[in-house]
Amino acid sequence: MAQLQIREALGQAMAEEMRRDPTVFLMGEEVAQYDGAYKVSKGLLKEFGPKRVWDSPISEGGFAGLGVGAAMVGLRPIIEMMTWNFGIQAFDQIVNHAAKMYYMSAGQFNIPMVFRGPNGAAHMLGAQHSQSYEAMLTNVPGLKVISIATPYDAKGLLKSAIRDNNPIIFMESEMMYSMKGEVPDEEYLIPIGVGDIKRPGKDVTIIGWNKMLHVALEAAEKLAEEGIDAEVIDPRTLQPLDEPMIFGSVRKTHRLVIVDESWDFASVSAQISDRVQKECFDDLDAPVARVSTDFVHYPYAEDLEHAVMPSVEKVIKAVKEVMYL
Amino acid sequence: MATEAKTKHDQKFLEGVYKEMMLYRRFEEKVNLAYQKGKFAGFLHLHIGQEALCVGVQRSLLPNDYVISGYRSHTQAIAKGIDPKAVMAELFGKKVGACGGKGGSMHMFSKELRFLGGHGIVGGQCPLAAGVGFAIRYNKTDDVIVCYLGDAATNQGQFFEAMNMAATWELPVLYIIENNRYGMGTDIRRTTSVDKLAKRALAFDMDHSEVDGMDFLKVHEHVSGIVAKMRKKQKPHLLEAMTYRYRGHSVSDPQTYRTKEEVAEYQKRDPIIGLGELIKKNKFATDEELKAWDRQIRDDLQAMEDYADASPKPPIEDAYKHVYAD
Repeated sequence: MAQLQIREALGQAMAEEMRRDPTVFLMGEEVAQYDGAYKVSKGLLKEFGPKRVWDSPISEGGFAGLGVGAAMVGLRPIIEMMTWNFGIQAFDQIVNHAAKMYYMSAGQFNIPMVFRGPNGAAHMLGAQHSQSYEAMLTNVPGLKVISIATPYDAKGLLKSAIRDNNPIIFMESEMMYSMKGEVPDEEYLIPIGVGDIKRPGKDVTIIGWNKMLHVALEAAEKLAEEGIDAEVIDPRTLQPLDEPMIFGSVRKTHRLVIVDESWDFASVSAQISDRVQKECFDDLDAPVARVSTDFVHYPYAEDLEHAVMPSVEKVIKAVKEVMYL
Repeated sequence: MATEAKTKHDQKFLEGVYKEMMLYRRFEEKVNLAYQKGKFAGFLHLHIGQEALCVGVQRSLLPNDYVISGYRSHTQAIAKGIDPKAVMAELFGKKVGACGGKGGSMHMFSKELRFLGGHGIVGGQCPLAAGVGFAIRYNKTDDVIVCYLGDAATNQGQFFEAMNMAATWELPVLYIIENNRYGMGTDIRRTTSVDKLAKRALAFDMDHSEVDGMDFLKVHEHVSGIVAKMRKKQKPHLLEAMTYRYRGHSVSDPQTYRTKEEVAEYQKRDPIIGLGELIKKNKFATDEELKAWDRQIRDDLQAMEDYADASPKPPIEDAYKHVYAD
């Protein structure tokens, strides 16, 4: 088993799928000659040539739409957004065109494509480069939303996303591209819509995805020192959500804390809370707690940035609240 | 229009064109009446007055070519080969409609016939067309795609982004601006810095031209030339077709932004009447025969309306289908 960075795992996933299927191509800003703004597409131009790896103009709506059109007639585009903050420019194409085409045409035109890029705050990038978009994008029928946190999940889920016959939103993170982990040498796929228990435990469930998985795991390690055994779950796919896994964990631990980098209003964590109170009402020993980014824009200054976002300390505090400690 | 007395086209061709344009005129009149009778609701954007462009363009294409359009596209969908009965039934929200009653007036599609929609966001179809052009190049075929857009769509950012990509990567896309002079109720001159919309192409060093969209013969000859060239050497073209819609933007439009005289002025250049005159001058048909063709079309449309009326609504479970593909 190889130790790979997340960027390498993502790059491998694209390379393997491009070798397997000649209709797969990659387009985005700086993905070809520059080898990717974050080097995710490193080496792809060299292997596959300019016909399949395209540097786009800085026209997110335009090249996202180009991908949708190409997908309508049989290609499988991977559209890289340098960050999902730029992806907002393409929301019309993603929401009004990609997500609705199959429905409006009564099943005639499906859109097999992936929109991928980093989501959420990096470090001191300021308000316009730090937002999390999962609440907005999971709110649209027709889209599947994946958010990855480990090299193993990144590769297995990106390969499944490329093979899926629907428009997929694939969320990564600038802060995690260098994160290393074990990735099998042989081929594997991870099914979309299936979560993973990252740390089994019995006292409390903590749900986290993307960067927040690592915040949750660190909090769990610290809680273990205090004798609290937390179970940490990564849904990995946010739309559709692996509800059976979440409910199963809550029925075991009876307490739930959700760590969500979005703002809390009408967020994925709000959705999970609602579903858990409905389906696990009698199993809960405490109200569900949520740790989100405070309802302000991302400030630039480091201390301010840290203050508004979810942290290990905030998660520990929330866990102690639901345990009445 | 059609001032020439003699024509190089034969009787059969011109009869077909005349009947097709008349079908589209009467189709739109028919659905307008059905709408007013309350047989269906929603938006209804009629194409009356713009028939010559639709037929002239379609008859310049091959069956394998693609067409994509905006929300004023019933007749373009029919021209691409979708059964007018299925378009009518779609407007009526019926299961046998072109999209099973799930698309409606603005969203006609046919995968088989390569009609890629019916799109309701102004200008949103422009990058889609670039994507189809991209796929044509990728697959190394000599197909082309026609992308219709309205005059006001040329002020959307997506239009410019698509034009830039189409020009840079030499994609075989024929963008056709149906300049009917009004973006909904706003005279295009009040919102646009250029006098000729085809000049937008200058910014992208792209081929461009203008054609009288009220004249079938001019459209057919001009577009055939563009398409033939595009098949030989793939690159995009921006065509501005000057046309006019006789009716409002949608059926609920009181049309306070233009005069009755202006509408009447354009109706004098009506493409169907003009072609009828040419047919008569060439002794391909008499007035009586033209009227008989029209009567037949009206009868056919009545049968289509009866069919749409009598067809069942989609079952409620259809609302939950086609959200995700397997």
